[in-house]
Amino acid sequence: MTSTHSLVAEELTLAYGERTVIDGLDLAVPAGRITAIVGANASGKSTLLRSMSRLLAPRAGRVLLDGAAVHRMPAKELARTLGLLPQSPIAPEGITVSDLVGRGRHPHQGVFSRWSREDDAAVAAALEATQTTELAERAVDELSGGQRQRVWIAMALAQQTDVLLLDEPTTFLDVSHQVEVLDLLTDLNAVRGTTIVMVLHDLNLAARYADHLVALEAGRIHAAGAPGDVLTEDCVRAVFGLASRVIVDPVSGKPLVLPIGRHHAAPSTAGAVAAEV
Amino acid sequence: MVAAFAVTLMVGRTFYPPGDVLRVVLGEQVPGASFTVGRLRLPRGVLAVVAGLAFGLAGVTFQTMLRNPLASPDVIGISSGASAAAVVGIVLLGLDGTSVSTLAVVAALVVALLIYTLAFKDGVAGTRLILIGIGVGAMLTSVIQYVLSRAGQWDYQEALRWLTGSLNGTSWTTVGPALVALLVLGPVLLGQTRNLAALQLGDDTAAALGVRVERTRVIAIVAAVGLVAFATAACGPIAFVSFLAGPIAARIVGPNGSLLVPAALVGALLVLVADLVGQFALDTRFPVGVVTGVLGAPYLVYLIVRTNRAGGSL
Repeated sequence: MTSTHSLVAEELTLAYGERTVIDGLDLAVPAGRITAIVGANASGKSTLLRSMSRLLAPRAGRVLLDGAAVHRMPAKELARTLGLLPQSPIAPEGITVSDLVGRGRHPHQGVFSRWSREDDAAVAAALEATQTTELAERAVDELSGGQRQRVWIAMALAQQTDVLLLDEPTTFLDVSHQVEVLDLLTDLNAVRGTTIVMVLHDLNLAARYADHLVALEAGRIHAAGAPGDVLTEDCVRAVFGLASRVIVDPVSGKPLVLPIGRHHAAPSTAGAVAAEV
Repeated sequence: MVAAFAVTLMVGRTFYPPGDVLRVVLGEQVPGASFTVGRLRLPRGVLAVVAGLAFGLAGVTFQTMLRNPLASPDVIGISSGASAAAVVGIVLLGLDGTSVSTLAVVAALVVALLIYTLAFKDGVAGTRLILIGIGVGAMLTSVIQYVLSRAGQWDYQEALRWLTGSLNGTSWTTVGPALVALLVLGPVLLGQTRNLAALQLGDDTAAALGVRVERTRVIAIVAAVGLVAFATAACGPIAFVSFLAGPIAARIVGPNGSLLVPAALVGALLVLVADLVGQFALDTRFPVGVVTGVLGAPYLVYLIVRTNRAGGSL
């Protein structure tokens, strides 16, 4: 069941007007795994994700899904394989959860075709997977932040794509809801084999949940690979300009980044850091 | 709506029973009724329905697409474009009939294009488009008033129709173009129902769902503007029908599902009822636009007050 779709960026250059955001980037997304993209603000994370889902046309290079350039594929055909949850989607006033999730069926429907049993089944499955079934008749604007995010993920699930891109799915959520959303995505990956690519702000959550970590620095890939290999103190300094300690997370065994500000270094580590810097 | 349409045909200075009206509609000759109903009331009623459907459909399309209830064509100056062109045509150029209608249609499209271009900056943001539209609308209104102030007595009467919207003196020749426009452009818009529903979730989400965003937007704008323009050319800008139809339809059918058809029906009902009220409810006869204006203006004020309370940004 695991997704086998290959998603590759080749010498990708992206720009808004005069400003080049991504510069000649090569990236291969491992099929059926969870990839997290991390990087400082304005390092091009979201831009890269937008381009991989054809929202932004490349200045040079290309994005290939199963060998075909995504910017040349028919829009609906692409949307049946690759889904994207943008950073701040808009819920129309008063819309109910089930209607919102149902709109994820768009790429599977013709212009005048009727709502089908398949559509119903997909929506029901999406609601169940995100544990939002009991919210189905509620209005989206009444929900809590965590519930709302689960509903948006349900909409993306109803689209039934084998590849799902998410732009900061945990923003604005408190820590328990962040973990809840990431657990949900992990389930999705484990059960359906969905290839997941997400932009994350929190390095430690990224390290914990990703199989493959991509660290972006000013539009280029600084390092990519297993979180244990990528997330080193040197990497954090290069990518974020931040001195840190990286230890082994006692909970997950993945790397855990402890940032060092100017005020809080304990005497024993301060010397080590000073020596490093 | 059907009931209101029937009442429109029956009621007038002389009352005709449903049987007579039905026979006229079916093409039989009924003394007296044939002329009054067939020539006067039937075109008037049909135009009320056609214009109402067109205004309702166009209004809700704009409101859905720009995700803002203020974004209807009569608020953002597109109807004013048609009116201004018509008034200029009648008063300054001495045109009448079809040429006035053509001019109005072209002007509405040009104004829509102008507003769209002025508002375009990395895509079209709803608020900017609305503010620019209101500004353009105000400019066009002043053009209308300037031209009217120079108009002769006879022209003035004719031109006034383009300000308030009126179904007086409707004949089949006025109905024709609007009806054709509705039959052509209506289905085009209905074909965009799903795309518009996806577009409500934001441009990026819509694109991720496989909607070609700019293409959908251009089709919807051209079709909606066309509907407004042809309907305005037939009966003037019946105030606030576009603006009111969508929100009223949303109240009736709830926020789920498409509002296009319900809003079109509400639009038709509004025009029919407002016309009946304008003709018969009071001692003086008012054009239909005056009645809808009285209904619409308070709602506009309410919306603006509410948005201001919600944080000041439209």
